[in-house]
Amino acid sequence: MQIKSRVYNKTLYVLLCGELDEYSAKHARETLDEIFLREKFSQIIIDLSELDFMDSTGIGVLIGRYKKMKDKKIPIYICNPSSHAEKIFQMTGLYEIMPKIV
Amino acid sequence: MNSNNYMELSFKAISINEGFARVAVASFCVQLNPSVDEINDIKTSVSEAVTNCIVHAYPNKKNGQVFIRAEIINDTIEITISDKGIGISDIQKAREPFWTSKPSEERSGMGFTVMESFMDHVEVFKNTQGGVSVKMTKRIDCLKSAIGG
Repeated sequence: MQIKSRVYNKTLYVLLCGELDEYSAKHARETLDEIFLREKFSQIIIDLSELDFMDSTGIGVLIGRYKKMKDKKIPIYICNPSSHAEKIFQMTGLYEIMPKIV
Repeated sequence: MNSNNYMELSFKAISINEGFARVAVASFCVQLNPSVDEINDIKTSVSEAVTNCIVHAYPNKKNGQVFIRAEIINDTIEITISDKGIGISDIQKAREPFWTSKPSEERSGMGFTVMESFMDHVEVFKNTQGGVSVKMTKRIDCLKSAIGG
């Protein structure tokens, strides 16, 4: 999986591309944490428009990042989920901690 | 009415094979003319079950194998995903939402919940020769798929 990021107006935009499963989870975790450490921002928007597949391992990765940012009072938002990612987010209640924005 | 058909495969229990496993099963299911949503449900459920085998069944990481059998019975796909690993001590507990045996590893504990939600029926049982099998079925509404429903 590929992860792209940029900061604009104190917002960190993260684009997840490819498949987020057990195989790519470690890389996703490490890359996101490295970006979070490197950049300066007050909120995060995760764009899923290029994410082709995700299972509950991906949910675990996102919840892990939420916990890290919660301590710093930095909110995370989700945008452009596929209909399938949407189904998983609704089922697991992820939107309660990472609201969806349009 | 589809004539009955099946396929079987086995592979090393390492995570790089997850993508292969879900795509292989999804490709086999295409003959039932599923919708895109149904294919995604199947791919995700296969991924969850295979992840369980890879992450939990073989803690020493050596020579673990995952076995998949997918069978088409009329308009239903039945997928059995098995391992020969250490087994699950409390299957009932493992199926509870948010429960994970590895809380330190950022795991959501939602694997079985996802399978139960995306498939019509999910059965988890201990194999007589060790390990665990997950058998899940999903009926594909061929007519509904054909008219784009």
